[in-house]
Amino acid sequence: MTKVGIIAYGITPFTKDDKKIESVLLKSAKNLFENNPEIDRNDIDAVLVSTNNNSKYLSPILSEMTGIQPKIAHSIESLCNSGTNSIVSAYSYIASGLADMVLVSGAERYDSPGQILEWDNSRGEFKHPIFWASIFTKSYKREFSISDEQLALVSVKNHKQAKENPNALSNKTYTIQDVMNSKKLTDDLNLLDCSRPCTGSASILLASEEMAKKNTDMPIWITGIGQKTTSAGFTKNTSFSSMESTKLAGHTALKMANHDTKDIDVAEVHDAFSVCEPMALESLGFSKSGSGTNMIKDLYETNDFKINPRGGLIGAGHPLGATGISQTIEIAQQLQSNAINRQVDNAKIGLVHNMSAAATSSTVLVLEK
Amino acid sequence: MSFESELLKGKFCIPECIVCKKIVWPPSESCSHCFGHVSLKTGDFEGIIIEFSRQNEEYFCLVEFEKAIRVMAKILQIPEIGQIVKISKCGISNGSYFFNVN
Repeated sequence: MTKVGIIAYGITPFTKDDKKIESVLLKSAKNLFENNPEIDRNDIDAVLVSTNNNSKYLSPILSEMTGIQPKIAHSIESLCNSGTNSIVSAYSYIASGLADMVLVSGAERYDSPGQILEWDNSRGEFKHPIFWASIFTKSYKREFSISDEQLALVSVKNHKQAKENPNALSNKTYTIQDVMNSKKLTDDLNLLDCSRPCTGSASILLASEEMAKKNTDMPIWITGIGQKTTSAGFTKNTSFSSMESTKLAGHTALKMANHDTKDIDVAEVHDAFSVCEPMALESLGFSKSGSGTNMIKDLYETNDFKINPRGGLIGAGHPLGATGISQTIEIAQQLQSNAINRQVDNAKIGLVHNMSAAATSSTVLVLEK
Repeated sequence: MSFESELLKGKFCIPECIVCKKIVWPPSESCSHCFGHVSLKTGDFEGIIIEFSRQNEEYFCLVEFEKAIRVMAKILQIPEIGQIVKISKCGISNGSYFFNVN
């Protein structure tokens, strides 16, 4: 099986702009090719589009707009982890020999229909994500005696880190009191605890080992992939204070890469809400159960950008179909020592965690130089 | 008679496979385990509150029935973990199920 590497990427600022999805999608692909003019678009065998947008035939449309006539062209939707699902599909096309080079472009508008899973009637009238996040938060606080202040630090840290990300939706820093005094959505969730839907796009180009070496001196290899879907419905989760699908996906990805969590130098984790970051850190093995907020406090106090260097979903914004791809781009930039003010020293191995619908589905990638 | 047609009448039923007797949730025409036909159990079912929170003055809670079905429901009183409740009102509004418990 051939190795699969990331050889190029492009991204747009994340905004609240009201633009057509086709225009948003094109922008990051155009940015990718402008940054890498040596890439021959005739070499691209597949174009995959990651989005929850209801517009049809987006992959052939993007192909036409970028002058590509791929063998394979289709869209991929899996709510918030559409992006990494698309990367896994691209990996599979290359590893199987069906393609040598695949363009993956993710895009979303601020008003994405992917924010609400209409099918999940077990949520009753409480279908907005703030309700599952409130149940997660209450359950996590109850089980591990965690305070609102401890969780507010996630948002403080990630907004601070987003200040160093020129594409982030947020450009402000906040104090713990700012987070706790922000608009109260429920007893367990304030506005600044939440990632915000936005308009944005991210594109990444994957290639076989031979094509990667032909096109770049700095490929980033995908060495581990883990995916797990435990259900579609939020209420089917076996725990509301940990992420079962993340545990299983993380284990699979690290095993495939022949690494342990302690080997990971930098990671992007899916902080859709404040509570998700410590839960993800614990489920991935970065810290023990109930201790994720201690790790976050240590990172914040030492100005260590190891977790969510681009500001996470809370700081950078959450354009659903582009999120997993932008997380992957961030880790690629880190491993290439190309993250400027966000750079984590001597980063050699990175991890991406991207999940959907109250952690009912998770994807974990391990990336290496 | 389907789960939704009963729910529209304000009746909360429990879908159960007639072959393997497993509870099928969310409600479906066939069992997710053996694909057997699903029938509806009627009754005055008791559930247990396993978590809750509040939006403005309104509490919402996660309630478990028969150790198999969990729903998000509205509750008027201050809830407690482990509290036993029953469905007091249910139905379908704007395409979404709703459940009240007390």
